[in-house]
Amino acid sequence: MGLEEKLPSGVLLTTVEGVAGYMRKASFWPATFGLACCAIEMMTTGGPKYDLARFGMEVFRASPRQADLMIVAGRVSQKMAPVLRQIYDQMPEPKWVLAMGVCASSGGMFNNYAVVQGVDHIVPVDMYLPGCPPRPEMLIDAILKLHDQVQHTKLGVNRLDEIEADEATALAAVPTSQMKGLLR
Amino acid sequence: MTADPYAATESATTEGKVYTVTGQDWDSIVAGIAEDHDDKVVVNMGPQHPSTHGVLRLILELEGETVTEARCGIGYLHTGIEKNMEFRTWVQGVTFCTRMDYLSPFFNEMTYSLGVEGLLDISTDIPEKAQVMRVLLMELNRISSHLVCIATGGMEIGALTVMTIGFRERELVLDLFELITGLRMNHAFIRPGGVAQDMPAGALDEIRDFVALMKKRLPEYADLCNANPIFKARLVDVGHLDLAGCLALGLTGPPLRATGYGWDLRKMQPYSGYEDYDFEVCTWDTADSYGRFRIRLNEMWESLKIVEQCVERLAGLEGAPVMVADKKIAWPSQLAIGSDGMGNSLDHIKHIMGESMEGLIHHFKLVTEGFRVPAGQAYVPIESPRGELGAHVVSDGGTRPYRVHFRDPSFTNLQATSVMSEGGMVADVIVAIASIDPVMGGVDR
Amino acid sequence: MTLEPTGPDAATAPGEVIARREGMFGVHGTGDTSGYGGLSTHVELPGASTPPYGGWMDEVATALQAAAAAAGVESAVEKVVVYRGEITFFIRREDIAAVAKLLRDDVLLRFELCSGVSGVHYPDDAGRELHAVYHLLSMTHNRRIRLEVTIPDADPHVDSVCATYPTADWHERETFDFFGIIFDGHPALTRIQMPDDWPGHPQRKDYPLGGIPVEYKGATVPPPDERRSYN
Ligand code: SF4
Repeated sequence: MGLEEKLPSGVLLTTVEGVAGYMRKASFWPATFGLACCAIEMMTTGGPKYDLARFGMEVFRASPRQADLMIVAGRVSQKMAPVLRQIYDQMPEPKWVLAMGVCASSGGMFNNYAVVQGVDHIVPVDMYLPGCPPRPEMLIDAILKLHDQVQHTKLGVNRLDEIEADEATALAAVPTSQMKGLLR
Repeated sequence: MTADPYAATESATTEGKVYTVTGQDWDSIVAGIAEDHDDKVVVNMGPQHPSTHGVLRLILELEGETVTEARCGIGYLHTGIEKNMEFRTWVQGVTFCTRMDYLSPFFNEMTYSLGVEGLLDISTDIPEKAQVMRVLLMELNRISSHLVCIATGGMEIGALTVMTIGFRERELVLDLFELITGLRMNHAFIRPGGVAQDMPAGALDEIRDFVALMKKRLPEYADLCNANPIFKARLVDVGHLDLAGCLALGLTGPPLRATGYGWDLRKMQPYSGYEDYDFEVCTWDTADSYGRFRIRLNEMWESLKIVEQCVERLAGLEGAPVMVADKKIAWPSQLAIGSDGMGNSLDHIKHIMGESMEGLIHHFKLVTEGFRVPAGQAYVPIESPRGELGAHVVSDGGTRPYRVHFRDPSFTNLQATSVMSEGGMVADVIVAIASIDPVMGGVDR
Repeated sequence: MTLEPTGPDAATAPGEVIARREGMFGVHGTGDTSGYGGLSTHVELPGASTPPYGGWMDEVATALQAAAAAAGVESAVEKVVVYRGEITFFIRREDIAAVAKLLRDDVLLRFELCSGVSGVHYPDDAGRELHAVYHLLSMTHNRRIRLEVTIPDADPHVDSVCATYPTADWHERETFDFFGIIFDGHPALTRIQMPDDWPGHPQRKDYPLGGIPVEYKGATVPPPDERRSYN
């Protein structure tokens, strides 16, 4: 039935969304945003043993303009926060943020005057990666999960609808502080 | 067409025109400068720049390609670790300070522990096995730290192969760390009184294999770099700083030894039994970046020598204690991985929960309250891969540090940036900084 | 060559009380149900030592005294504390720059390397709240000493030692940033770690740690400095 049967061999059909998602995820370039200890693990992930190149991601872009993903690897200090935001603003859409390590995710063990308690105070975060520091395998896992998200991101008006739906769910969700059952 | 939100902008100030450039908008600057007939540009490099060795901000005044003035802006990684330590027990402090200079965690722990042990007056009671394990871990750490220095330094000048092989070898060291301490980085393993755990089974063999492998691989670095004309052209005579300059600016570590002065605290003021090991202090006499690189390369050989001696000594110390005997200070348990995969100490739990009420009270007091350290202050510096690293530990007699201040070699050495790079080319600034090997976690703490 | 050994700690005067510690868990008044509320102890720092200090320390002390007298600052050393094998010279506030120069240049002293400045804040030690602590190293003689200057919080000024030890530049800026000690004569005393417009000096004892309470599923954990803890 339909078009599929009339195709010559060697031709596949897919959706524009599927192709766009595939393209985006298959050349997903991170911006170098190494801050602290986590940055060393991030560099290790790009190194020979863990080899991020397997996922088309070994080119850490020095210029935010060429990057799709910002891996915030390390603790963000109050002094660094405006810089971080500026770099985020310089990245072209669509862009993603991965908060690597507990410091970037929530401030971690440094609950004090100097450290921003979670980079989500400054930029929207798509993926949180716990660990102090997360192992390279964990970073790769987070990146693959993000790839999956990217692959299934909708386009155009569908994307707008998706954003709206996401927002509605997020607004309806119970805030963590109101969840019951202590620390479980 | 809508305006490009990322385009270079230009605004006039009393100090002259300011251009905000992100990425490759150099055309607008070039055009702007051509109008003004002014060759002098102030370039702000960093804090997010791939070649500044971390979140370091450089403010360079350039005339053409020559740097006329260079200043550093730091503090972009200030974490408040010193203040945070004041609200934790003495033992918990180790967990914080290990995250300062994240490339040499064992050294941070070591100098802090030495200070606390000095105040507790138990420096002479540390068991021999703990001392040897500390030396072993520190020397392995020195190798991994120097590897990262050479790797990132290579990357910054465009030698990507040096980077990939540097990280390849570092992985081997990290595997050893994981085997011994359970963690790849940020170990919190050296504690006041000794070390946290005994050596795991089979670790000595792994280390022996590692040493054998490194002996094959280290010459690769020498072959690749030592006589490489490009490498030498970039490094020789760059970032020059002589002995007088080093002492005035407080530089220690490889930059000081590159002036030919063999000052190494491991030899001059031995701690943790360094006087019992056979090794040489590496020096070079060119006082430039190339000399610092060669010193790091040679120091890795010396570290391997010390590691071998440690392994030999550890082989004869099977089952010896790794913590002071004083139960008021020593952590009560040795952790082990249980059948549930969790790292608990099952024997100890059985003891305190089933057999001894006093044991339970003691455990509770030591873990929640910690021990008290007599009032006073101590400063016991050690030779970290970057130079003299010391912790000024102040106690008021309480269960928490009153104040801990780290004299970090990266912080002090970085002051030499101006002297090393002014009058040179822009590209040499990168080399000069890489040769100091500052770790911003240590600089900003 | 090793660091020259020193004798056992020299005779010391009774310790110096700088504060009192009350209770056990950092809570006071009716909130304290621990039963330890009446507990009261002194916070006592090691007191002044009397010569002989033992080993090379006497040589340094004598040489420093002689050099100071020759330079006309004979009462520069307020007291000497030898504790756990380390010697601390308490220097009069107005003399620190002169003493630093003597320590670096005198042949018998030759402390070439300054390992930086560290600040300590003792809020209860009236008139001497702020301490600036300098660690000096003599590579010629392989000795280490510590200098300590006490500074009143009401007038937080002390002379910079940058002219003698250029390495103190950043260290003094850092101590200014964290403790508000003003080093007179410093070439450019500005903040170094904190943003330029930061209010206050964060590592002083009267500056809160600044953490936020952490909420998780109905439970709230206050930041470390507001938790109940042993003191
Ligand atoms: S999460 Fe841990 S490893 Fe990562 S930056 Fe923070 S302290 Fe360092």
